[in-house]
Amino acid sequence: MTVALQETRRGIGGTISDVFFARPQLLTFLLLTPPLLWIGVVYIGSLFALLLQSFYSLDDFSGVVIHEFTLSTYQQLFEGSNVQIILRTVTMAALVTITSAVIAFPIAYYAARYARGWKKALFYLAVMMPLWSSYLVKVYAWKLILAKEGVITWFAGALHLNWLLNGILGLPVIGGPSLSFSYLGTYFVFVYIWLPYMILPTQAALERVPANFIEASADLGADPGQTFRTVIFPLALPGIVAGSIFTFSLTLGDYIIPQIVGNSRLMIGQAVYTLQGTAGNIPLAAAFTVVPMVIMALYLWMAKRMGAFDVL
Amino acid sequence: MSSNGKSTSPLGLRISATAGLLFLHLPLFFIFLYAFTTEEKSFEFPPPGLTTKWFGVAWNSRPDIWPPLYLSLEVAAIATALALVFGTLAAAALSRAKFFGRETISLLFVLPIALPGIITGIALRSAFDIMNIPFSVWTIMLGHATFCIVVVYNNAVARFRRLSGNLVEASMDLGADGFQTFRHVILPQIGTALLAGGMLAFALSFDEVIVTTFTAGQQTTLPIWMLSELIRPRQRPVTNVVAVFVFIVTLLPILAAYYLTREGEHTGGTSK
Amino acid sequence: MSPAVRFQNVSRRFGSVRAVDGVSLDIEPGEFFALLGPSGSGKTTCLRLIAGFEQPDEGHVEIFGETVEGVPPYRRNVNTVFQDYALFPHMTVGENVAYGLMIKGVPRAEREAKAKDALAMVKLAGYEDRRTVQLSGGQRQRVALARALVNGPKVLLLDEPLGALDLKLREQMQEELKTLQTNLGITFVFVTHDQGEALSMANRVAIFNEGKIVQVGTPSDVYERPTSRFVADFVGSSNVLPPEFAAAHGGTATWTSLRPERIDVVSENATTPPYYASAKGIISAVSYQGAVTRVTVVTEKLPLVATISAGTTLHKDDRVMLQWPKSAMVAMGDGA
Repeated sequence: MTVALQETRRGIGGTISDVFFARPQLLTFLLLTPPLLWIGVVYIGSLFALLLQSFYSLDDFSGVVIHEFTLSTYQQLFEGSNVQIILRTVTMAALVTITSAVIAFPIAYYAARYARGWKKALFYLAVMMPLWSSYLVKVYAWKLILAKEGVITWFAGALHLNWLLNGILGLPVIGGPSLSFSYLGTYFVFVYIWLPYMILPTQAALERVPANFIEASADLGADPGQTFRTVIFPLALPGIVAGSIFTFSLTLGDYIIPQIVGNSRLMIGQAVYTLQGTAGNIPLAAAFTVVPMVIMALYLWMAKRMGAFDVL
Repeated sequence: MSSNGKSTSPLGLRISATAGLLFLHLPLFFIFLYAFTTEEKSFEFPPPGLTTKWFGVAWNSRPDIWPPLYLSLEVAAIATALALVFGTLAAAALSRAKFFGRETISLLFVLPIALPGIITGIALRSAFDIMNIPFSVWTIMLGHATFCIVVVYNNAVARFRRLSGNLVEASMDLGADGFQTFRHVILPQIGTALLAGGMLAFALSFDEVIVTTFTAGQQTTLPIWMLSELIRPRQRPVTNVVAVFVFIVTLLPILAAYYLTREGEHTGGTSK
Repeated sequence: MSPAVRFQNVSRRFGSVRAVDGVSLDIEPGEFFALLGPSGSGKTTCLRLIAGFEQPDEGHVEIFGETVEGVPPYRRNVNTVFQDYALFPHMTVGENVAYGLMIKGVPRAEREAKAKDALAMVKLAGYEDRRTVQLSGGQRQRVALARALVNGPKVLLLDEPLGALDLKLREQMQEELKTLQTNLGITFVFVTHDQGEALSMANRVAIFNEGKIVQVGTPSDVYERPTSRFVADFVGSSNVLPPEFAAAHGGTATWTSLRPERIDVVSENATTPPYYASAKGIISAVSYQGAVTRVTVVTEKLPLVATISAGTTLHKDDRVMLQWPKSAMVAMGDGA
C-alpha cells in the first residue's frame, strides 16, 4: 500500500479524467470544437458567402446574377437614392440612440441608486419584461396607438389638441397622413422597442459608481449639477455606449418596424428585404448589408476603446 | 445631500423614472383591450363595444392559426435543445482557461446578436442558396439555434465565471475526478443558469421573425402568420387574441428565468 | 523514514515569472510546518504543488517518498483547507463534510456517522443540517477543517487558514489548531503572511522571498538568528546594522540584526556595563503601542528603534543613551 496516493477504483471516468488532467488543453479543445464549428462554419461561413455575393453583379436585362468579381455593385450603392436610404437610416439610428439614452438615464439612475429590495426587483423585472416579450406584439401595440382612428387621435381630440397633432403631421419630412404613416411614428416605435437595451447597461454602469463618490464630490464643494457632469456622467458613459451598440445596430438593420409603422421611403433593412426578395438583386442586397456591418465594426472598435465591453 | 440621502430621491428623478416605466408598459395594455373590441375593420378608439367572441372565433373558426403554432413550438423546442448543448460547451471551454485567441472567440459568440438580425437572415439565406439546401423546418431551426446558442452561452458563461474555481479544486482535493466533480459540484451550480438560458432561448425562438422570414421559404411560423395578418388583416381582433397568447407564452419563461437567476447578479439578460 | 513532503529543486513558472524558483525542502512527518512570506513570494504555489493543483516545471515533489508528478489532486492522500473555505453552497454542512467519503463510495450511514464525529471534533456537533450560508466565518472555517480531516489525509494543507477571521477568533483558532494537530499527529503545512501566526503555531518555518526559501528553522531560530536582512526585517522588526557600525560596537564586520526589545534606553550619562555596547542620540519619535512603547533614536551614524515597556517619561528631543548586550547583535553575513 502506498501512503501518499489513494487506491481508488479508477473506472472509465477516472481514466478519462486522468487524461484530461494531464492535458487540460485537450479538454478545452474538445469542449470548444462543436460550438466553434457551428458559429464558425454556419454563421461566419454564411457571412462570408454574403460578402462574396456583394462582389457579384446583376445583369440588368436578364435579371440573372453574374458570378464574376466586380465592384460595380458597390458603385450602385453610392448612387443617389441608395445613398439617401443609407443617410436616412443612419440619421434615424442616431436620433433613436440619443433619445433612448435620455429616457433611459433617469430610470437606470433611480434603479441603481435609490431602489432597494422589492422595489429593485420590480424595476429590474419592469425593464426585463418588455425587453424579452414579443417583438411583433410590441410593434402591433403601437400600430393600435398611432393609427388615424386610434388612441392618440382620440386623446388629442379629448384634450382639444387636434390643432397640435395636425400641425405636427403637417410638418415636412417627419409628418404624414397619420402618425402610423410617418417618420415620427417609426421613430417612436424604435425608441420604445430598443429602450430596455439602453437601460440595462446604463444601470449596470451606474451600479458600479460607489455612493461615496457622489458624497465625496459634494463634500469637495460640487453642486448636484457639477457632480453629475464631472462624476456620474463620465462613469456612466461606458454603459451608455454599450447600450447604444444595441439601439444603433438594431435600428440600422430593422425592416419590420418601418414596414408596419412608416411611410413609403425605405430604410436599409427594407431595401435589403425588397432587393433580395421581389427584385432578386442579391448582390446589391448583400452590398447594402455591408453598410451596417462596417458601421458596427467601427462602432464596436470605438466602444471597446471606451471600455464599454466591461459593462455588457 | 446628507449621507442618508440615499433613501429619498429628488422628485424630478422619480417622476421621469416612473414616466419612463409607464412608457414601457402602457402600450401592451392596448393589445389586451383590442382583443375585446367589437370593431373588426379599423383600430377605432375607444372601442365601440366589448365582446369575448374573438377568443371563440380564434379557437374554432380559424384553422390557419394552428399549423404555424405547432411549427413554432417545434422549432423553438429543437433550437433550444441544440442551443443548450452547444452554448454550455462553449461557456465551459471559454471560462476554463486562458488560451490564445480566447478574446476573439468570445467575440464570435456574441456576434450573432450584436449584428442586426437581417444580416444573419440574409447571410444564412445566401448560404442555403449557394449550397442548394431547400428551405424546410431545418433551415428555420438552423437560424434559430444560431442566436439561441448565444443566449444560453451568455447565461452560462456568467454563472461559470461566478462558480469559484476553488469549488472545483475543493472537489478534486476531496477525491472527485473530473466527471464526479461535474456531476456533484458544477452541474448543481450552473443548473439554474442553464434552465434560465434555455427558457429565454425558447421565448426568443418562439417569437423570432426577422431571421425566420429569410430562412422559412413556404413555411409559416406563428410570428410570420402574425406579420402577414398585420400587413393584410382579415379579422383584426383575432390577431390581438393571438398576440395576447404569444405575449403570455413568451412572458412565462421570462418570469421563470428571472426567478431562477434572481439570487445572483442580473447578468444573464443584459444582452438579448 | 522518508519525509512527509520533499521538494527537490522545484521550479514553477507562470509565463516569464518564476513563482517558485529552485526550492528544496523537507517536511518531516508530524510537523506543524509554516510557509511564511509576503504575498507573491511563492508560498501558496508551493502549497498547490503539494495538493496537486500545480505541477513543477523542474525538480520533483515527493510525498512520503513517492514522486507525485502528474498525479492529479483526487489521487493524493492530501487534503486542503482553502483560504475562502470553498464550502459547496448547494450542500448542507453534513453533506459538505461527507463529500469525500461519498466520492469514495462509503455507505450513507457510515459516512454520516463519520461526518458527525468530525463535526464534533471541531466543536460543531449538531450542525449537520445547517446551510453553509447561515454560518459565521469561524464556523465555516471549522466545517472546512472537518471536511478535510474526515478523509484521514496524510498531510493537511491550510491556505491562510485564519486570514479572514477577526483578531479574537484568530487567537482562539490558533490554539485549537495546535491542539488538534498534536492530538491527530498528522503533518500540517500552512501558508501565512502573518509572522506572528507562523511563530506561535508552527514547529518549523520556511521563509519565502521572490520564489526562493531564504531560511528554514524553528520559530526561535528564525526570530533570534535571522541569516539575512530580509528575514530580520520580515520576522518581527529589527534594526539592521551596517558592517562598520556593528564592528565599531563590538560585533563582527558584517550586516547585523539587533532586535528593538533588546535595547535599553537610559540617561545620557549612565555608565555602560561590561559586555554591553552603547550609542548616544536624540529621540526623534515616541510611539505608544499599548503593551510597549517604540522609541526612535537618531544616533550619530543611524537611527535605531527600541521598544520599552509602556509608562515612560521620555519625550521627543530628549538626549539619551542606548545600551544593548553585545550578544544581542546577530551577524547575518552578507546575505541580502
